[in-house]
Amino acid sequence: MSAAIVASKSIANHDAYLAGLLPNTTTPHEWINTLRADAARRVRALPFPTTRDEEWRFSDFSLMCKTAFAPAVAAPALTLTDIAPFLLPEAVNSRLVFVNGMYAAHLSSAVLPAGVLATHFTSKPTNETLRTQLARHATFQHEAFVALNTSHLHEGALIVLSKNTACATPLHLLFISTANTIPVASHPRCLVVAESGSACTLIEDYVCLPTVNTSPTYFTNAVTEIVIADDATVRHTRLQRESLAAFHVGYAAVHLGRNSCYDSNSITFGARLSRYNLYITQSAEGANCTLNGLALISGRQVADTHTVMDHTRPNGNSAQLHKCIVDSGAHAIFNGKIFVRKDAQHTNSTQSSRNLLLSNKGRIDTKPQLEIFADDVKCAHGATVSQLETEEMFYLNSRGLNANTARNLLIYAFAEEIIDKVPIASLKQHLSQAVSSQMGEIV
Amino acid sequence: MISSSSKIILEVRNLSASVAGVGILKGINLTVRAGEVHAIMGPNGSGKSTFSKVLAGHPSYTVTGGEVIFQGKNLLELPPEERAHAGVFLAFQYPIEIPGVSNSAFLRLAYNTLQARRGGEDLDPLEFNDYIREKSRIVEMDPSFLDRNVNEGFSGGEKKRNEILQMAVLDPTLAILDETDSGLDIDALRIVASGVNKLMTPNNAVIMVTHYQRLLNYITPDFVHVMRGGQIIKTGGKELALELETRGYDWVHA
Repeated sequence: MSAAIVASKSIANHDAYLAGLLPNTTTPHEWINTLRADAARRVRALPFPTTRDEEWRFSDFSLMCKTAFAPAVAAPALTLTDIAPFLLPEAVNSRLVFVNGMYAAHLSSAVLPAGVLATHFTSKPTNETLRTQLARHATFQHEAFVALNTSHLHEGALIVLSKNTACATPLHLLFISTANTIPVASHPRCLVVAESGSACTLIEDYVCLPTVNTSPTYFTNAVTEIVIADDATVRHTRLQRESLAAFHVGYAAVHLGRNSCYDSNSITFGARLSRYNLYITQSAEGANCTLNGLALISGRQVADTHTVMDHTRPNGNSAQLHKCIVDSGAHAIFNGKIFVRKDAQHTNSTQSSRNLLLSNKGRIDTKPQLEIFADDVKCAHGATVSQLETEEMFYLNSRGLNANTARNLLIYAFAEEIIDKVPIASLKQHLSQAVSSQMGEIV
Repeated sequence: MISSSSKIILEVRNLSASVAGVGILKGINLTVRAGEVHAIMGPNGSGKSTFSKVLAGHPSYTVTGGEVIFQGKNLLELPPEERAHAGVFLAFQYPIEIPGVSNSAFLRLAYNTLQARRGGEDLDPLEFNDYIREKSRIVEMDPSFLDRNVNEGFSGGEKKRNEILQMAVLDPTLAILDETDSGLDIDALRIVASGVNKLMTPNNAVIMVTHYQRLLNYITPDFVHVMRGGQIIKTGGKELALELETRGYDWVHA
């Protein structure tokens, strides 16, 4: 009995913990303040997600409750030289940089063709698209972390592509967390609206500075909303390469119109404990989605990816491939739900979860879920967890490669299938190198 | 020409091996000299493929007796990669696919690893490109195969040609071809066989494991061995293969 009392007391503490992360400031914009206040009410009302919650069974974020995260107030003065390792030559003039959640004008550069708007919320507080779309897709009624993010709405990234505008240069959204004297929490926010017939390539990138000899503890709680109108295309690459002591929660809500396209490559290398929720709704006929995911983790890292693919209208397509590579005592979780609603006839949907377990102390939990309410659809899903095969190792050994090189080559090959899909050459090369260096020597 | 004075490359003495506790090889004796081609034939389950894998050092097989001396070294003491460095090559019956790694990157890695071990020069990607294009003519391989991922989506014939290309790059002293002819049509068989012939020198040797005489029409063996029950029960010249082709294995006795 006394144990039960202790348990419920500690959960109550966790719930209070979230409220403790609420902001004590307001913004100069009334409509944003209203949203913030609504969200703050939900933060106070919603319980902290614990492992008793089916959706959070394997990722125990109560770990973060041991740390008191302060709101990030002033971002440190970084220079372009400091952030050089993260710059993409393909996006020199299409980059928005946020440091600890705050917009860094001197690090950003957005010289873009007509019809492409890339800025931060506070520069366009009266923008009609911002006002009508923000917080409409990532709803915070039931998601405590989304509510917490929304309660902090301030300087998010705003991308708007006007009708029939194709933006040839990729748009790089770079979110930098820095080592601080006290652990801080930041709440990055993006709104991307691709109007009908438009197209863009988006890179959402979560990094930490400095990159060497330190693993600061901090909390990133990001929310991204992507609205893709009829016949529009968004190619979205999301990179999570946070500090190995960081907590990272990311939530993306994607809304697709008729005959629109969404490609997602989500790559997870970093954080002590991370969670990515990708929630996609095909709200009109003939939408196409390709979802690729890769988590490459080791040590004590935990990486949890939850995706929801909701087919609500006919003739939609989705193809998903999620891969996890788990070394030492790390733990990867994948939960992929596909809904095919009653009206979504002739849906064609595939989902594959493929996992490589490199250590007998590592753990992988994968759960592909298919819920079909329509009667004329083509759907397939499957999951595998494997180790490096003796035959594969022997093949490479017999070509003169030692056990370590052979192992690294096979891991590299397993990861490369996803990395190869990243549509930015410099980033692809960088990621391949990152896999190689994480794994040691390689090709 | 072969003479009994040629240098001995491989000496297998009374070799026994098992897999998962089941004895497969039960006392194999074989001497291979420089410049020789040996064919090993025999019915299914006779231990032919096991023999080739044991020579290359497959970890699933346990050597339970005997010895293998390769150019004066105790081969059985070496892990598979060191056997490759020493000059042993196994062309696989079922080559592994490696998606995500291009054939040329893989071949260069293998080549440079070996060069490092043999005290030779590294080749950078450009130099290697010239080198490998030259080599790929040996198996009439289109250069586009070099840019494709290792064996991924290759037909059976293309995989086997790729094995011989690897052999050309690694330049082994002893090449063991494990059923390299299986699954090949006549054209692919001719190309693979001609590739092997081009790679033969008076200083190296080939062991071909095969079910069928037809490969031997293209690569002429100096010796044909018949395996059964984990032993070599008969050794003859190339005419033995023709006799096996017409009469089967049943008449052969130790």
